[in-house]
Amino acid sequence: MSDTATTLPPAAQRAPRFGVRNILTRYGSWIALVLLILVNLAITPNFATWQTFNVNLTQVCAIVIVGVGMTLVIATGGIDLSVGALMAIAGAIAPLIFLGKLFPLPHPAIGIALAFVVPVLIAAALGWFNGWLVTRLSIQPIIATLVLFIAGRGIAQVFTNGNLQVFNLPSFQFIGLGRVFGIPFQAILMIVIVAAAAWMLRRTVFGRQILAIGGNERAARLSGIPVAFVKQRVYLISGLLSGIAGLIVIARNSAADANLVGLGMELDAIAAVAVGGTLLTGGRATVIGTLVGALIIQLVRYTLLANGVPDAAALVAKAAIIVLAVWLQRQSQR
Amino acid sequence: MNTISLKVFQGIGRYGVLLALVALILFGWLRYENFLGAFNVLSVLRYNSMFALVALGMCFVIITGGIDLSVGSTAALGSVVAALLSPYGVVPGLLGGLAAGLAVGACNAFIVTRLNILPFIATLATMLAASGCALLLANNQSVSVSYETGFVELGQGDLLGFPIPAWIALIAFLLGSLVLNFTSFGRTVLAIGGNEDAARLMGLPAQRVKALVYLASGGLAGLAGVILAAQFGAGQPIEGVGWELFAIAAVVVGGTLLTGGVGSVGSTLAGVLLLGLIFNILNFENGLGWISLSAYWQSVIRGAFLLLVVAIQARLSMRTEEAA
Repeated sequence: MSDTATTLPPAAQRAPRFGVRNILTRYGSWIALVLLILVNLAITPNFATWQTFNVNLTQVCAIVIVGVGMTLVIATGGIDLSVGALMAIAGAIAPLIFLGKLFPLPHPAIGIALAFVVPVLIAAALGWFNGWLVTRLSIQPIIATLVLFIAGRGIAQVFTNGNLQVFNLPSFQFIGLGRVFGIPFQAILMIVIVAAAAWMLRRTVFGRQILAIGGNERAARLSGIPVAFVKQRVYLISGLLSGIAGLIVIARNSAADANLVGLGMELDAIAAVAVGGTLLTGGRATVIGTLVGALIIQLVRYTLLANGVPDAAALVAKAAIIVLAVWLQRQSQR
Repeated sequence: MNTISLKVFQGIGRYGVLLALVALILFGWLRYENFLGAFNVLSVLRYNSMFALVALGMCFVIITGGIDLSVGSTAALGSVVAALLSPYGVVPGLLGGLAAGLAVGACNAFIVTRLNILPFIATLATMLAASGCALLLANNQSVSVSYETGFVELGQGDLLGFPIPAWIALIAFLLGSLVLNFTSFGRTVLAIGGNEDAARLMGLPAQRVKALVYLASGGLAGLAGVILAAQFGAGQPIEGVGWELFAIAAVVVGGTLLTGGVGSVGSTLAGVLLLGLIFNILNFENGLGWISLSAYWQSVIRGAFLLLVVAIQARLSMRTEEAA
């Protein structure tokens, strides 16, 4: 993949290995995406419409935004299981703020502004807490983030007493329902986040440090990279993006349900990252690949649903895609 | 870590959870009436036997250095298959659920050992697939079990005054403990987790043992599904969400290292009971009427508990590393 950022030396990176298998493994996810689109154009009725485009785009937005953070975490050799719970927390707190249940609001506009900022900051702080557990207490990422996976949704449910919070507030819901030139605002937000993260991973010192840590943490530490600092920032970013995704989901639904917001999101995000071609052991990552991965999973599901296959069967197909993608990835490393 | 510090660490992990469990039971006994009454004890054991079975399989998988995320949806699949077969009798229902679990376990074993895919991602995929199969078989709704064949006894019945599911879990744990501590299979499991390459170079059948461990984990999850169906009178395709993480938490609280190589079956059981009792005590506390905490506090307290345990473990292992 042309956008794949790796820690391999340039010579090894450029060493050309031709052959069908090589092309398949390097560009597999792109080929799969193009094939899926072609198949859909051929068999799915009304596929080439603006509406289908928008439906599929809005379905993947939250997954991609969370997936970007997950890509960065996985690039350092970690994992973040708490993303779904953090979405629930952000989604539970925002309505509490703009509905004035937490504290009296001097002006509705302030409430809306705070409803954007505070939940995202709280999610980011909790993400930083994950990073703190991982770096300061040396707890394995899967266990460290398991803590908030278990407790986080409970916190959101305690905040709202498990109740559904319904609202109708167009100025807040712009993040999930708004359109700019006919394109959903959330899709624009997603593209901006993907582009920024891809640029950061490839072009900035911070991005190179992330990959170096994932490639060989000990070597990275010995070469003077502030490992703990970088990891904490990465988990913070993952938490922050989860918060944004949580706001998008509740804005789209016009309701916040702490029991459901972000449920299973950690698995969707990890699946998108894996299908996108990011190495799950760290050291090699592609943010645009994650976008492609999420699109593939969504398009397969859409294709099956639009052609009358039950949603449950689509789950089995998703499983097969994940295994196939990771298996192909392994083949390319040999 | 050298062997001495490992032993210290292992000891604290093993007895720490037992101490915490005893402390929690004492707390409940002193504070609440009927806490140690037969009804409460037996219903806690009955309900938590499903989680115990799942955690036992998870314990073995984690000792090999792997992880099995598919156990929750495997249990759901097992419950659906068992419920569908329950009209034909107890044995078909039981074997059906078990077979469904073993089938998922076999998939995991194949993907992990033959395709060499990380356990985390392999079992994530089979988790989705098992969930999809459960929903397809159950037609997206819960499947009620037959009450005529006595199948529900597997979950609701008693034998010698002790709940049948608790018997099943108890026997499974005894067998598991024997296998881990007194067989070459068990030692190979520990050796793989300690250092897989070294185990392989010593000529231990690492791949075969790993495959069997995933198979066993699937089978135990299927069995948990059978109990689930029998206990609640229905096969539940959407049950089991989050069971895998509950099981991992129980194993970790029990002092088994997630990096593999160290672990104990007994303290996993203690971990399950500990997490299960938190919910029980919450109910009793609400019953006293001093405070009223909703059921949602359960997960917050569980999370806080997990945090406490891993933080203590981390501090201890840091100290033992410094001492070494």
